[in-house]
Amino acid sequence: MPPANATPAAPPPNAIEVRHLNFFYGQFQGLKDVSLDVVERKVTAFIGPSGCGKSTLLRTFNRMYSLYPGQRAEGEVSFYGENVLDGKQDLNLLRARIGMVFQKPTPFPMSVYDNIAFGVRLYENLSRSAMDDRVEWALTKAALWGEVKDKLKQSGLSLSGGQQQRLCIARSVAVKPSVLLLDEPTSALDPISTGKVEELVHELKKDYTIAIVTHNMQQAARVSDYTAYMYLGELIEYGETDHLFVNPRDKRTQDYITGRHG
Amino acid sequence: MEAAKLARYARRRRANWLGLALSTVAMALGLAVLLWILAVLLKNGLAAIDLAMFTRDTPAPGSEGGGLRNAIVGSLLMLGLTVAVASPIGVLAGIYLAEYGATSKTAELTRFVTDIMLSAPSIVLGLFVYAIAVATVGHFSGFAGSLALALIAIPVVVRTTDNMLRLVPGSLREAAFALGAPRWKVSLMVTLRAARAGVITGVLLAIARISGETAPLLFTALNNQFFSTDMSSPMANLPVVIFQFAMSPYDNWIRLAWGGALLITLAVLAINIVARVWFRERAPS
Repeated sequence: MPPANATPAAPPPNAIEVRHLNFFYGQFQGLKDVSLDVVERKVTAFIGPSGCGKSTLLRTFNRMYSLYPGQRAEGEVSFYGENVLDGKQDLNLLRARIGMVFQKPTPFPMSVYDNIAFGVRLYENLSRSAMDDRVEWALTKAALWGEVKDKLKQSGLSLSGGQQQRLCIARSVAVKPSVLLLDEPTSALDPISTGKVEELVHELKKDYTIAIVTHNMQQAARVSDYTAYMYLGELIEYGETDHLFVNPRDKRTQDYITGRHG
Repeated sequence: MEAAKLARYARRRRANWLGLALSTVAMALGLAVLLWILAVLLKNGLAAIDLAMFTRDTPAPGSEGGGLRNAIVGSLLMLGLTVAVASPIGVLAGIYLAEYGATSKTAELTRFVTDIMLSAPSIVLGLFVYAIAVATVGHFSGFAGSLALALIAIPVVVRTTDNMLRLVPGSLREAAFALGAPRWKVSLMVTLRAARAGVITGVLLAIARISGETAPLLFTALNNQFFSTDMSSPMANLPVVIFQFAMSPYDNWIRLAWGGALLITLAVLAINIVARVWFRERAPS
């Protein structure tokens, strides 16, 4: 008889559950029957050669593709039980809860402070001092506060590339989403900035569910708990990062992570 | 190297030299004409520019002296009203084309019509305004003049705004949408801001474009010998004054026409330079 305190721990809940997702760019099918779970407060990495559909998959989570006519998704993407692909889904509210950071830093043409406050003001009416606190909090979360605390009034465009990218992360964090989507967030950064962003990802997963697309397999191995390998629009293999990198089940995954493919 | 290859090389060098020479001549020709115009303008206009030009009104036939005060003020008033009307309409229409319509049929049609308007002869636009805003009320007016000028300025502003907004990288737009911002906020606070140097340049170039227009004012604002700030009555303005005075037999009128022409040229030159410098310094890299 097992001791009373040995009840098996409940598996961590899923933030996003993808089921039989197909995605089309006009006639071209970008995703083919993808199903996977993104676990809450873990880092899930998506790897695979260019054009394999990893960014496409990320862009279905916050319906970014809906900006472009001709792009459509079929299947189900469930965000805490709510089907994101539902035509009645309010996209602005969805995107406020699922933040996204892009490959190239995209600071808005306004001050560092306003870059952070822009998103917050959309949904919250904060007093001046509460907004100051929020800006400091978000910049601290993004490990940028120390570098910009004297430059809050300067244009966000005046920061270095690495700082700009952390500013964008801070901007996403500031609206307190529950999921952060990072689409190759370090591919335009130098190694030192990359290191900082990676540390940040590690830090942020305490509070946020993170999905990161990366071309860099070492990065995926370093930062993620789960890894998905995609190829030509299909999900080839998905599992715990340690397992996938050490002991891939699929020949194609093995070829890719050992550099024989892609 | 073999002789054949060297011969080919020599031929290519000659062709290169010839091409360069021809383009230099063409450039010099264009520049020379511009300088010639400026030289004639300066020679005749500088003599006319004095304090009286800014303090006195256009002289009656046969009277001595006089200035261009009423025409300068009239032109400024009409230009001001035109800019106040044309820039919001033009910028908003540009936002529609770049941010909302994008590739829709309506947007395509609007762009097509705007392009036609851009190249429409200004005398046709003037005639149109004459028919709807002068003939119907029975008299010429500054308002009608501004309306005619606005019809010329709006398409310029629409097209530059549209083009400048479409130069804003899509990633910036996506980043704003990714925060949950509604489209109007993305357009006004992010993309328009990113493109503002170009948009302002568009407005400045539209002002430059209309400040010398004569044809549409001939039968809308007409002219007024006296000082007037009443835009519901005929209004003096530089282009029409120049047109009438330059062809007159009076020496002082002809002198004032040269002065006015130089004034407009310098103003347009200044606007163009400001627009370019502004755009170069603030354009998003």
